[in-house]
Amino acid sequence: MNDDLMELYQEVIMEHNRHPRNYGILADANREASGFNPLCGDKIYLKLRINTDNTITAVMFEGSGCAISIASASLLTEILQGKTIAEAYALFEQFHELLTGHPTEGIPLGKLAVFAGVSAFPARVKCATLAWHTLKAALLNNNVIVSTETGHE
Amino acid sequence: MKILNDTDIARIRGEFPILNTVAKGHPLVYLDNANTSQKPQCVINALKDYYERYNANIYRGLYELSELATAAYEGARHRAAQFLNAADDCEIIFVKGTTEAINLVAQSYARPLLKPGDEVLITALEHHSNIVPWQIVCQQTGATLRVAPINLQGEVIQDAYEKCLSEKTKIVAMGHISNALGTINPIAAMITKAHAVGAVTVIDGAQAAPHTALDVQALNCDFYAFSSHKIYGPTGIGVLYGKKALLDAMPPYQGGGEMIKSVTFEKTIYQDLPLKFEAGTQHIEGAIGLKVALDYVTQIGFEAIHQHEHELLIYATQLAHEHKVRIIGEAKEKASILSFTLDNIHAHDVGTILSHYGVAVRAGHHCAMPVMEFFQVPATLRASFAFYNTKAEIDTLFNALQKVREIFK
Repeated sequence: MNDDLMELYQEVIMEHNRHPRNYGILADANREASGFNPLCGDKIYLKLRINTDNTITAVMFEGSGCAISIASASLLTEILQGKTIAEAYALFEQFHELLTGHPTEGIPLGKLAVFAGVSAFPARVKCATLAWHTLKAALLNNNVIVSTETGHE
Repeated sequence: MKILNDTDIARIRGEFPILNTVAKGHPLVYLDNANTSQKPQCVINALKDYYERYNANIYRGLYELSELATAAYEGARHRAAQFLNAADDCEIIFVKGTTEAINLVAQSYARPLLKPGDEVLITALEHHSNIVPWQIVCQQTGATLRVAPINLQGEVIQDAYEKCLSEKTKIVAMGHISNALGTINPIAAMITKAHAVGAVTVIDGAQAAPHTALDVQALNCDFYAFSSHKIYGPTGIGVLYGKKALLDAMPPYQGGGEMIKSVTFEKTIYQDLPLKFEAGTQHIEGAIGLKVALDYVTQIGFEAIHQHEHELLIYATQLAHEHKVRIIGEAKEKASILSFTLDNIHAHDVGTILSHYGVAVRAGHHCAMPVMEFFQVPATLRASFAFYNTKAEIDTLFNALQKVREIFK
């Protein structure tokens, strides 16, 4: 297989696509947002629970999309557990720089580093960031009180 | 009948410079012709020649260059009229493309006509460009947009289509060939049925013009539109055909230079057809390039084109069955378009991997989201074949699809 392709479709990404983590509806969420990429039809619904000290204690997602967007959402839910809102923003920024081929030093990206190969595929950067843009929408929308009864505002 | 043999195809491929280039280290396999077609050297030369020898604005120069440019532009109109077998050159309006043509009809013909209670009928196969302009004009006028349904093969259900027609139907707008599935609509019969209730017919011919000999008088359609870039001509230009009586009665679509006879601040007198609909400086070299493209395809001949493309479709369909890919759209009458999904692998992942083997296909909703929704797929892959494609290229496509499966096993 072509080297760029191997970089893109790494085993970690393929595995998260096959078995996405934290997939489902978070019952007691207090932030949520949906993300949609009209160009390719990918959809991500993200729900989070955030403590009074601004720590993310739970994240779950549902959606449909390509391997890159699903794996990215799955890895996002893992890495955000226990992070503060400020750390989440910083991670997104660093993640974006990795995807656009300008990796910087900062908070360790951990498993997110597997997405480095996306930088060789500019058309796929949006796939990898969809979940993160959805996260940002959920975090900014901090007046929304999510009802635990219906799962909707 | 003239048949394209391997020597002909090799010669034709030699006439398209891009077909002899390399993509990601592999020979380019261009199977996205329904999206846009590649250009033969003669079309490329026509644009270059215009800029090098007779670039001037049309109609208004009293010097030779302008006379040459005007003659070439009007010659292109005449060629387009011939291509469609229009009764009169003035029934040919140059537009940006099919999308602009449909918007022109929606705003200049439909908008003054439609009232609440009236209906515009489209089909469930339409490209967004034959949905949205009608939604806009229905919102503006209070008319209702109706949709004739399709069956699981991706064909418009003819009984249901007839039931959608009534004296309320003022306009029937439909694609001649579906871009997403390749379905060829039986438009001659559908036009007759529309006329029986007094509706005016608008045909989106974007996908048909590159594959089929057209005769708007035999079809008896009221409007017919196609785009140059899909028929081996330049981008940014297309043709709207309309019956003279209808076009004459319509107000202009845009105001500006060239579309007027006289202007005062009190009153403007518009030009006669076709200039009434061609405000501003036109895409002169585009029209000239389109003429050369029409000459080129006509010279190859639509019988030969159809025969070769149909053979490619049959071959690709057979391989699709052998490789167990899911074909989306299996109409009895199909143009050379194969829409499919591969297992549960997302079309964009497939498209990215194919591209790394030099294979260009479309992956997405093909600007036909309602069609995707009907088949309950977010996106499909679409291989669309032109007369310059070969069975060997289709082999390359399916070999690359095997690689996708290996990566996603």
